[in-house]
Amino acid sequence: MLTYILKRFGQAIPTLLIVITVSFFLMRLAPGGPFDGERQLPPEIEANLMAAYHLDEPLWSQYLRYMGGLLQGDFGPSFKYKDFSVTDLIMQGFPVSLELGAWAIVLALAIGLPLGIIAALKRNSTVDYVVMGIALGGIAVPNFVIAPIMALVFGVMLAWLPAGGWNGGAWANMVLPVIALSIQQIAAIARLTRASMIEVLGSQYIRTARAKGLSEWEVILHHALRPSLLPVISYLGPAIAGIITGSIVIEQIFGLPGIGRYFVQGALNRDYTLVMGVVVFYGVLIVLLNLIVDLLYSVLDPQIRYDD
Amino acid sequence: MLHRLSSGLSSRARSLRGPITGALLLGLLPFASVQAATIHIANGAEPGTLDPQKASGDWETRITRELFEPLLGYDAQGELIPGLAARWEVSDDGKTYRFHLREAQWSDGREITAADAVFALRRLLAPQTAAYNANLYYPIEGAEAVNRGEATPDTLGVEALDERTLEIRLTQPTAYFLQAMAMTESAPLPEHYIDQALDQPGARWVTPGELVVSGAFQLTAWTPQSEIRLEKNPGYYAADQVKLDTAVLYPLDDAQAALNRFRTAEIDISYLGVPSSQIGWARENLAHELRINPILGEYYYVLNQREGSKLADKRVREALNLAVRREVITDTILGMGQIPSYWYLPRAMSGDAGGTMGFMREPLEQRLERAHTLLAEAGYGPGEPLELEIAYNTLEDHRKVAVAIAAMWRAIGVETRLTNRETAVHFATLRQGDFQVGRYGAIATVDDPFDLLSSFVTGASGNYSGYANPAYDQLVARSTAELDPARRAELLTEAQQLLLDDYAMVPLYDYVSTKLVSDRVQGWQSNPLDVHPLRYMSITE
Repeated sequence: MLTYILKRFGQAIPTLLIVITVSFFLMRLAPGGPFDGERQLPPEIEANLMAAYHLDEPLWSQYLRYMGGLLQGDFGPSFKYKDFSVTDLIMQGFPVSLELGAWAIVLALAIGLPLGIIAALKRNSTVDYVVMGIALGGIAVPNFVIAPIMALVFGVMLAWLPAGGWNGGAWANMVLPVIALSIQQIAAIARLTRASMIEVLGSQYIRTARAKGLSEWEVILHHALRPSLLPVISYLGPAIAGIITGSIVIEQIFGLPGIGRYFVQGALNRDYTLVMGVVVFYGVLIVLLNLIVDLLYSVLDPQIRYDD
Repeated sequence: MLHRLSSGLSSRARSLRGPITGALLLGLLPFASVQAATIHIANGAEPGTLDPQKASGDWETRITRELFEPLLGYDAQGELIPGLAARWEVSDDGKTYRFHLREAQWSDGREITAADAVFALRRLLAPQTAAYNANLYYPIEGAEAVNRGEATPDTLGVEALDERTLEIRLTQPTAYFLQAMAMTESAPLPEHYIDQALDQPGARWVTPGELVVSGAFQLTAWTPQSEIRLEKNPGYYAADQVKLDTAVLYPLDDAQAALNRFRTAEIDISYLGVPSSQIGWARENLAHELRINPILGEYYYVLNQREGSKLADKRVREALNLAVRREVITDTILGMGQIPSYWYLPRAMSGDAGGTMGFMREPLEQRLERAHTLLAEAGYGPGEPLELEIAYNTLEDHRKVAVAIAAMWRAIGVETRLTNRETAVHFATLRQGDFQVGRYGAIATVDDPFDLLSSFVTGASGNYSGYANPAYDQLVARSTAELDPARRAELLTEAQQLLLDDYAMVPLYDYVSTKLVSDRVQGWQSNPLDVHPLRYMSITE
């Protein structure tokens, strides 16, 4: 098992290296630079800015400088947020995104799994149709539609909850964004659970279990649930990485200090170091979570073993 | 010989209203005095920096202005008033300024001296600082060479004559110079605090809780994308006039989100205004709180008139201008109260520059007829239509305007293609001159025509259109060096009229700013410079 983990980490290094290199050069290929904006800058001032951030050096030397910094854990200074290093920005924003994302995933599992199971058990009944209809709606309606409506209805009109802001992570400020973040996940998890549950329920060993005279609940909890979770788990790996690195939509609409906005704004501002920082961070998370998913597989499915 | 320009102005800023209302409120609300007065502000984007010399956006300078007081300041109406300098003198030739600093302390108790002002100006022009607005200070002796790295900062024409007297020597008289000394980038900085170690790239000296400031407020907390907290600076020289104890500024870039929180009273002032789609609703429902006023910005289409371009022909440029119905754009399409413009310099700008496009009062039919004739003369007609591309940066309002203009140009037989690009790419395209018609919005950094006029000077960095007219260049140079307001206004008018007679661009409208200010806030006033110092504001809970 340990050898397997080490081997996976070994494989992750070239993967990350490729991700970093490709994104570094792709970023530079994009037309426009970090100091192109509504305000025109006189050439001598732009030259000063370029020099301050080493952007006047040849690309290969900038690349080597960046990689050298990365080896020392330094993501470099942000071009746009000049008073902060990229590491500062990620370290300050990630806990917020992580907390929101974690709650959203907990909520999504707590609602999505039971819904999926119920729909599978009552297959082709009204219950099934209603649950899956709602799930389909949840997937189809994007959160940039749901979130503003929620803010308007619960924040402004009914005034039950704050319409936005983080407020140091007060629970009241988290309710709406967590729900908005989880809706699509609830829908996806419910659909996945339903599909795999139906498949598992039709398999031979479930028939055997039933033939042994076990109660329906015992069959589901002891025999059907674990294997039917496998697709959900493999979905959750990358999904969790996506959710805990924040969502620009949710952050903008509710005014939350997460890191989701940096992916989009960093790219639009040509804030090369910031984009690289979040991409590397996201890449590492994906690699880690995929590893955890694979390890969980061996726990859930006795047929999978990672022998040393 | 030096003659006195200002003295005793500071007493003007002192208002009697503050203490009286304060006393009234104390009588009416016995507990109000115990509660700290806190104002909550939706401030716009996350500040890129709070280093006053690197900040450039109004969402940044709004904060740096509270922290660092320049030699001159602005009152609530946006008028120039003495700041850290109690008074100043200008030599007869307009090239030497002497500023007399008032007795004031940094927030750590040290005296603010002329040496701090010298330190700040040298740092501002040092190339390592890479200050955005450094070129505004190029009239100072040696400034351009210092900023280009060709001379050391100590060669700059600024000198501390004694503890409290600062002398600045210019290479030529500069009409806007006092405006430049009211910008936060020129504010004295605490040399004893920003030592060498803190002033390296990547090192941050703007540290909440520690930062030594000269302004009305101190920086006590800064959580990126979440909030910036300012607390009253008890050591500020006019601290007795500052009524707010705390200001919490939220970096929000979504106008709808800010509006929601304004409606629930979580926010007292929103500098994001309202989304343009909701302006009608806001006019009805937030009539009291919605503040719309013209600012120093111009929305126009740049016409690439370099040699070989179709737009190098003045007749074509005139025809395009004639066909645009500006009122339709401001009233029907945008509806925020923008002012249709037949000029280039926003009318809210000081300097009294006149000048208009000649056809302003002509009936539309007559204009269209002439546009047809001009295009025909230039060789375009039904068989050979003029084909143009309008480039704009991706934004719903820019798209609407472009669609409308394409339709108006179609009326005179011009076939227009629209191309939108993201902001960074759009402006890079303009800079490279790789366009025909390009959307542009110019916002002046100082309340002076110099800034906008210089964008049409031959070869200037911001001259995207390639406009070149030696007579115009000369007028701009002369007007910048002219200190007599009446003569200067004539020169500015002449310069602008030349630009308009050449149809150097398609001006569309003067920008307005829309803000939401709650009835709970007192002392907030609209002004074209859009400066709203917190020291004049108070709030009732």
